[in-house]
Amino acid sequence: MLEVIDLECIRGDRRLFSGLGFTLGPGELLHLQGHNGSGKTTLMRMLCGLIAPAAGEVRWQGENIRHARETFHRDLLYAGHKSAIKGDLTGVENLRIACRLAGITVDERHAWDALERMGLRGHEDLPARVLSQGQKKRVTLARLLLSRAPLWVLDEPFTALDRAAVAFLEDVIRRHLADGGLVVLTTHQAVSLTDEAHVKTLKLGWKREGDV
Amino acid sequence: MFEAMTVLIRRDLLLALRRRSDVLTTLFFFVIVVSLFPLGIGPELDTLRLIAPGVFWVAALLASMLALEKLFAGDFEDGTLEQMLLAPEPVFVLVLGKVLAHWLITGLPLVLLSPLLGLQYDLPGETLRVMVLSLLLGTPALSLIGAIGAALTLGLRGGGVLISLLVLPLYIPVLIFGAGAVEANASGLGAAGHLYMLGAILLLALVAAPLATAAALRISAE
Amino acid sequence: MSSRLVNWFHFSSPATFYPLAGRLVPIFAVIAVILIAVGLYLSFFVAPTDYKQGEGYRIIFVHVPAAWMSMFIYLVMAFWAALGLIFNTRLSMMMAQALAPTGALFTFLALWTGAFWGKPMWGAWWVWDARLTSELILFFLYMGYIALQGAIDDTRRADRAGAILLLVGVVNIPIIYFSVKWWNTLHQGASVSLRGDVSMATTMLVTMLIMALGFWAYSIAVALKRVRCIILERERDAGWVGKLPEIRA
Repeated sequence: MLEVIDLECIRGDRRLFSGLGFTLGPGELLHLQGHNGSGKTTLMRMLCGLIAPAAGEVRWQGENIRHARETFHRDLLYAGHKSAIKGDLTGVENLRIACRLAGITVDERHAWDALERMGLRGHEDLPARVLSQGQKKRVTLARLLLSRAPLWVLDEPFTALDRAAVAFLEDVIRRHLADGGLVVLTTHQAVSLTDEAHVKTLKLGWKREGDV
Repeated sequence: MFEAMTVLIRRDLLLALRRRSDVLTTLFFFVIVVSLFPLGIGPELDTLRLIAPGVFWVAALLASMLALEKLFAGDFEDGTLEQMLLAPEPVFVLVLGKVLAHWLITGLPLVLLSPLLGLQYDLPGETLRVMVLSLLLGTPALSLIGAIGAALTLGLRGGGVLISLLVLPLYIPVLIFGAGAVEANASGLGAAGHLYMLGAILLLALVAAPLATAAALRISAE
Repeated sequence: MSSRLVNWFHFSSPATFYPLAGRLVPIFAVIAVILIAVGLYLSFFVAPTDYKQGEGYRIIFVHVPAAWMSMFIYLVMAFWAALGLIFNTRLSMMMAQALAPTGALFTFLALWTGAFWGKPMWGAWWVWDARLTSELILFFLYMGYIALQGAIDDTRRADRAGAILLLVGVVNIPIIYFSVKWWNTLHQGASVSLRGDVSMATTMLVTMLIMALGFWAYSIAVALKRVRCIILERERDAGWVGKLPEIRA
């Protein structure tokens, strides 16, 4: 269970949001909405603990994430705008290293398998710099197939993906939710994710406080 | 706990292997700087022997500093740094891995090459040995201390010049004891005292610098 | 005890500190002017001429207090930085930032007067004396801090990155000082100390102390003045700034 209490964010001289709060339980998805610059990415990075909030706190399983950093990060998967992919390494190497950093050991066969399911057959052992934008995104998102983390925070996961990949990713997310996972995501695309009962939306930027 | 660290070290070594020019740039910088001094000062071997410790150590200092800019920049730009900060391991352990890999790539080759360059300065065998030993103790400390500066200036305009301003004053004790060890040996005094001091600085840097670097990385990656 | 703590945190808010600082600035400015005037009078007219060094030695009445202040201010900055990192108080970071130029100024003053003193004493403008060299390195540390603060646009990052640098610097200062001293004794360079003889005349000591206190008051006055500017700059969007009489006028 992810709880956000009275969160405030100040970037530079600007107050992006304040008094923001929501809770997200197992099997629930939070869709963050807002125009460009409304603070979606900042909020996501704050949820991950990359940015310290100016006020308020984020709790994971009842504990402030700043106090239980390591357990929280074991349960968290964050995919930001930046791909975290090295151009000089192959897709398989990138994926395995990313998983090891996140605390999961993945053998070569599973990595190949995950990339194949992401539709990268035949490109697994090419250096990532020759891959297209969408293919790189697929390498990043292949982590979702191998991760055991219950909380996924995905910043614009659907951009640069073709229609087939979007459908596949939607399916992956849906299954994760069905297994009791939690997802926070932003997207500008209209996507059909799961039955409405489990989707929450949070609009940033329209009013000062956005409560769900 | 050290698994993620070894992964990072192996990854950085692999990356260096695939892009060898980065390793060679630092090494050649060191070679060129050391070779420039005789051209500026004159070829008298007596003078050269006298200035050799200072020249080698200042060159090592500058080479180490030059390489610092790349220490975290790549990971910062492509987002790997975020993933490092989100890893379930303490960040300072990962920092230690990064710095160790960085030293293996940029520091160790320079240490290994230094006796060869020492011959250009007509240094006797025993002095060469002390020089290698002092560089072996001193250059990892330089990488560790420099990592703090690299982390603080991450993503800033004019980061390279700024790093030198932040880091060079902190390098001074290493320079003094490193060059001092070589000089003490050359002038017939024992170098042991200097080397112990270098070792103590290395130990202190090993304990404290990764913590400061981890804190600085968190601030810079916000 | 607890009520006192609360009181301190009350003053750590920029809105309450701003007017308080405004009241304190003139008081410390007046103290500084009086003490420095008295100190200068004593150092030029009352303190006895040194039998070895002649009249030129009088520059130590500026040099030594300036050197003291340069080191002391760095420590104070590191103290504010540590406080800012621990309690996450914006004001203490602003204090560290406000003190930096004054610290650098005193370091420069100590170097400058050291060079002036060195010319007649040693016949050279610069001597690689352990104290002077350490002072030079301290000057580099100040410059590094100021440059880092200047290079970062985001104030929060600038504050915290600067604080880390200060703490790293403060750990390093004893190591640097020790190593420079070691280096200096090994090379048997000029190790003449600017402190003068051990048996310093009482008037000399008193003069030096008065000058040091004067510099101290000056530092406080200038730092408070500067911190007021920093507060206004950073809090310009906050409601209370708009209500200040000097802003409305």
